[in-house]
Amino acid sequence: MFPRPFDYLAPESLDEVLAALAAEPDDTKVLAGGHSLLPLMKLRLVAPRRLVDLRRLRGTLAYVRPEDGGLAIGALTTYYALETDPLVSARYPVLAETAGAIADLQVRNCGTIGGSLAHADPAGDLPAVVLALDATLEAVSRQGARRLPISEFFVDAYTTALAPGELLTAIHLPAPAPRSGAAYAKFRHPASGYAVVGVAALLALDAAGRVATARVAITGVGEKPYRAQAAEAALTGASPTADTLRAAAAHAVDGVAPLEDLFASAEYRAHLTRVYAERALARALARAQAA
Amino acid sequence: MKLPIQVTVNGVRYTHEVEPRLLLVHYLRDVLGLTGTHIGCDTSQCGACTVLVDGAAVKSCTLLAVQADGASVTTIEGLAQDDRLHPLQEGFWEKHGLQCGFCTPGMIMTACDLLRRYPDPTEEQIRHGLEGVLCRCTGYQNIVAAVQYAAERLRAGAPPAPTR
Repeated sequence: MFPRPFDYLAPESLDEVLAALAAEPDDTKVLAGGHSLLPLMKLRLVAPRRLVDLRRLRGTLAYVRPEDGGLAIGALTTYYALETDPLVSARYPVLAETAGAIADLQVRNCGTIGGSLAHADPAGDLPAVVLALDATLEAVSRQGARRLPISEFFVDAYTTALAPGELLTAIHLPAPAPRSGAAYAKFRHPASGYAVVGVAALLALDAAGRVATARVAITGVGEKPYRAQAAEAALTGASPTADTLRAAAAHAVDGVAPLEDLFASAEYRAHLTRVYAERALARALARAQAA
Repeated sequence: MKLPIQVTVNGVRYTHEVEPRLLLVHYLRDVLGLTGTHIGCDTSQCGACTVLVDGAAVKSCTLLAVQADGASVTTIEGLAQDDRLHPLQEGFWEKHGLQCGFCTPGMIMTACDLLRRYPDPTEEQIRHGLEGVLCRCTGYQNIVAAVQYAAERLRAGAPPAPTR
C-alpha cells in the first residue's frame, strides 16, 4: 500500500521546522515515529500534502531530565527510552511500565511520547498516564512558546488544543508527592494491542494514611481520555480500604457514554472500566503505602 | 518530487533518488533486490518486514525510505558471514524454529535487537520481545528455543549481530 504523493522535508533545526509548519499549516503533518501517521496515510484515511519529519531534531528533543524533583521529557523520546530510562523508573515507574506495554518492541523503538499525545488516539495508553500525572505541556510556534495543562490538551478524538503551526516539544511532570503512587491497568485488545480500556490511577496519602489526592484517568472508553471526577471525589479524604476503592471505581464511567465497537459493547466496556479502575487504584495504593 | 538518499545496507553504501512515499520495505525489495525481507500484512502488525535500522528493529513497511537517509540497515541477507550462518539462523535450523518460513526473517531480525538488550534473556523476555512478529505455524515454542540456543552461542563467543 502506498500513501498518496506528498512533499517531504527533514529540517535541521527547530526554527526551520516551525517555519515549514507556519507556511502551510493546514496541509502539513508532523512526522515523529510515524507509527500512527504512516498506517493512516497508507490506508489513505489521511493525505497530507506535506510531511515535516522531525528526525534531525532527535539530538535536541529526545531527552529525560530531572526538573524540580519531577521530570522534563522531550517530545521525541521513544517508548523504548521511557521504558529503560533509570530516572523515569525511579520517579514515575508507572510511565516506564506503560511505555513497555505499548504495542511491541519494533513499535516502541519508533513511537514517541509527543507523537502519542499529539495524535490523541482515543485508545492510546500514554494520554491516560500523562493525564493522571497532571503534566504540563510545552508547545512552540513562530509566535513563541507556551505552556498548557494536560487537562486542557485533549479536545476530541484525534484533536488537541495545539494550534495550526504549533509543535509539542516537551512534557513536564511535577515532583511526585510524598506517600504517593501510581499505576496503569489495561485490558489490551488481543489483536491490535490498543487499550480496550486503560485506567491510570494516582493516589497521594496524608500523614494519617487518608487519601489527600486522587486522580483517575481513563482511555479507550470515551472520545478522548478523561478524568473520572466522581470516582476521584469519592476517594478524596477517605480512608483507602478495599471497599472504598471498589465503591469509588463504581463511578468510573459516570457521565460518559462508552464507545461501542465490534469487540466491546458499551455495557461491556463500562463494566471493564469499573473493574480496571479498581485494579489500578489497588496497585496505586500499594505503591503509595510503600513510598 | 524525488529526493536523493544515501543508505548503507548490509555494509554496502547505496545512493538513489526516491519518491518520498516509497516505503523502506519496497526500497529494499524492489530497488535493491533484497527479497529476504518479507511483506506480510502491510499494516504494521505482523513484523515479517522487520529489519535493523542503526541496530534497532523496525517494521520496514512503516518507515519511509527517505527516513532511512544516512542510516545503516541490516536485513536477513546481512547476517551470515563468509557462508557461516549467524547463531540465530543456526538456532532456527537446529531447533526447528520455522515451518513455512514466511515470518522467519522478521523473527530473526527482531531477535537480534532482543539479544543486544538481553544477552541472557528469560523465556518471558523472549516472548515479550517477539510479540511484534506473528507466526501462524509453530506455536512459538521452537522459536523461543531457537533464540535461547543463539543466546547461548553468542555468550560463548560466537560473532554477534552486525550493528553497522
